[in-house]
Amino acid sequence: MTTIDIDALLDDPESRVIVCCGSGGVGKTTTAAALALRAAERGRQTVVLTIDPARRLAQALGLRELGNHPKQVQVEGFEPKGELWAMMLDMRRTFDDMVRVHAGPERAEQLLQNPFYQTISTSFSGTQEYMAMEKLGQLAATGEWDLIIVDTPPSRSALDFLDAPTRLSSALDGRMIRLLTGPAKAGGWGLRKVVNAGFSMFAKAVSTIIGGQLLTDASAFMQAFDSMFGGFRERARKTAELLRSSGTSFLVVAAPEPDALREASYFVERLSSESMPLAGLIANRTHPVLAKLSGGEALAAAESLQNAPLAEAVLRLHADRVSLAAREERLLARFTRAHPEVALARVPALAGDVHDLEGLREIGVKLAG
Amino acid sequence: MTTPHAGWTDELARARLHFVTGKGGTGKTTLAAALGLALAREGRRVLLIEVEGRQGIAQLFDTEPLPYAEQRIAAVPGGGELRALHIDVEAALLEYFEMFYNLGFAGRTLRRMGAIEFATTLAPGLRDVLLTGKIKECVGRTESDGRHTYDAVVVDSPPTGRVVKFLDVTKALTDLAKTGPIRGQADGVVRLLHSGETAVHLATLLEEMPVRETVEAVAELDGADLRPGAVLVNRVRPPRLPARSVTAAADGRVDASRVRSGLASAGLKLADDTLDALVEETVEHAVRVAAEQRAREQLAEADLPTLELPDLTDGVDVAALYDLAEALTDQGVRL
Repeated sequence: MTTIDIDALLDDPESRVIVCCGSGGVGKTTTAAALALRAAERGRQTVVLTIDPARRLAQALGLRELGNHPKQVQVEGFEPKGELWAMMLDMRRTFDDMVRVHAGPERAEQLLQNPFYQTISTSFSGTQEYMAMEKLGQLAATGEWDLIIVDTPPSRSALDFLDAPTRLSSALDGRMIRLLTGPAKAGGWGLRKVVNAGFSMFAKAVSTIIGGQLLTDASAFMQAFDSMFGGFRERARKTAELLRSSGTSFLVVAAPEPDALREASYFVERLSSESMPLAGLIANRTHPVLAKLSGGEALAAAESLQNAPLAEAVLRLHADRVSLAAREERLLARFTRAHPEVALARVPALAGDVHDLEGLREIGVKLAG
Repeated sequence: MTTPHAGWTDELARARLHFVTGKGGTGKTTLAAALGLALAREGRRVLLIEVEGRQGIAQLFDTEPLPYAEQRIAAVPGGGELRALHIDVEAALLEYFEMFYNLGFAGRTLRRMGAIEFATTLAPGLRDVLLTGKIKECVGRTESDGRHTYDAVVVDSPPTGRVVKFLDVTKALTDLAKTGPIRGQADGVVRLLHSGETAVHLATLLEEMPVRETVEAVAELDGADLRPGAVLVNRVRPPRLPARSVTAAADGRVDASRVRSGLASAGLKLADDTLDALVEETVEHAVRVAAEQRAREQLAEADLPTLELPDLTDGVDVAALYDLAEALTDQGVRL
C-alpha cells in the first residue's frame, strides 16, 4: 500500500487543480479547505471553491455570504507565504452569468424571466454539479491563482458532477420539446415513423399531465436557448478537458465506513475508465489506537477492577477503540485489495468540530502524514 | 432530562405509512429496514419502499438489485413478512399512461429515446407525484377479503433537505395540469400524507450537523402541515466515563495517577507513554461524550418521541438488522 505524498502534490508547480470528491458527509469541504490552507502556507496562490460549507467553517474562512467571487482570507495572525482565497458557489448566479455571457443582453433577460428557466436553474438535479464545474472553468481561465482546490456537491452519487453537463445538455437539446410541441416539424427523422402512432398519444398524455402552459414556456425557452447552446457545450467540453489534463488531480475522500468506501470504489473505477488522474484516497476521520495495550487485556483488567471507576472506564473505552480501529482497518484493507494501485492517506478524527484556521491547519498536518 | 419522551407513542402505533428521512450518512436506509422488520412482528406483512434509485435495500439485504415489483425480502419470526419495492419513476409513469392511454410498444420506444426522463425534467414535481402516488396505491390496496394487503408501509425517503418538497404534493401539483388523471389521484395522496395514518421519522446521529438538520426538518414539516413522527438516534455508543468526570476530562483534566493506581490494582503495570496514550484516548472520548450531550439537548427542542439505536462495531449485516429491529421493539415500536 502506498501513501499519498500530499506536500509533493501541493508544492508541484505543475499541479494546478485538485478536486476533492466522495459521497456526502465524509468531510470533503473541510479537507478541501485544509489542503488550500496548507498550500497557501507553503507558498502557493491558492483558491478554494466550496459548495455548502458548515456555517462555522465558512466563518473561519471569512465567508459570511454567498459571494460567488473569491475573497482573500484575511485573519489576524494569518500570514501565509502564498495567498489563500475562498468562495462559496452560488449556483443560481453562476447560471445567470453564464446565460448573460452567451445570449447577449436582450435575449438574456427574456431567458432569465422564463418560468421554465427558474425550474431548470434551481431544481434540475445536476445543475449544482454543472455550475461547480463551470465555476472551476472560470477560475482557471482567469489565471489569477496557481492552485485551485475544488469541493464537489453532496450528490446522490459521487459521479454526478462528471455527468451533469451531458445530462443537462441532453435535457435542453430541444429535440424532445420540438417533438412534443409540434411533431410534424420534426419530420424526416427515421425513428418518428416507428413511434408515430404512439407518439401523438404520448405528446397528448404528457401535455394533459404537465399542463399546456409549462410546455409553452419550455418551448419558448428552448427557442431562445438554442442559439447559445453551442457555447454551453463548448464550455462543458473545455472543463472536461481541464479535468483530464496533467495539472489536475482527484482526491477521493471517504470515511472508513462501508457505504462511503463502496462509493469511493465506484469513483476510483470511473475515474480510471475516464482517464482522469487520481492522486489517491483520503480515509478521513479514522480512530487509530494510541496506547499499546490489546483490547482483550484491557477488558480482562476492567472486569477484575472494583472501586476504581475511572481506571475501569479508561480500560473499557480503550477496548472500544481497539475494536473500532480494527473494523476501520478491515474495511480499508478490503478497499486496498480491490484497488492496490490507489495511494492512501489516513486522517485521524479530531476530537471536536473544526471552526477556525488552527483546526484546518491541524488537519493539514495530519493529511501530510 | 435530556430526552423528553422515550419510546413509541400510541399515536405512532396508529400510523400505517412511515417515512424515514435523515441527513445523508445517518443510516436512514438501515433504520427504515429495521423499522420494517420491527413492524412485521406477530405475523404482520410490511412493505419497504425505496424511491431514490440507489438500490440501498438490495445492498443492505445482500440480494440482487430489486426490480419494479414487490417481492419478499425477509421473513420475520412469528410468521411476519417484509417485502420490498424499488419504485422506478419511468416505469411508474408508463404504468399511468397504460392505464389511461393505449401506448402499446411505443411506450418502450419512448423510454429508450429518453422521452420520459425528459418529461420528468420538464416538471420535476411530476417525479414526486408519481412516487407518492404509487406509495398511496400500496397503502390503500386491499385483498379479496377486504383487508389491507400491507399492515404497514415504510419508505426509505429522500434526505432531510429534500423530504418536505417530496411530500408536499400540493405544491408539486402547481407544475402540473389542472385536470387530468394524475391530478385526480393526487388529491387522495394529499389527504393520506396529511392524515394521522402517516408519520415522518427522522434518523440522526449525535453530531452537530445531523442534529441541526433534524431540528430544521421538524420545523419545516410542521410548517407544511406534515406530521413528524419519532427521532431515531442512530449509532449511539455507550458512555464509559462516570458522568461526573466527563466535563473535566473533556477539558483535558484526567487524574493520571488515579488511573495508574487503578490499573496497578488490576495487575497492569504500563510504561509511561502507554499511560499517556490512554489518557489521551480518554480525553478524546470525553470530548465526544460532551458533544453528544449537547446534541441531545438540542434534539430535545424538537420535542418528539426519541428512540436510540446502538452503534454496531462490526457493521451492519442482515443479522444486525434483526438486532436493531429488536432494539426498536424494546422501545415500544408496534402496530
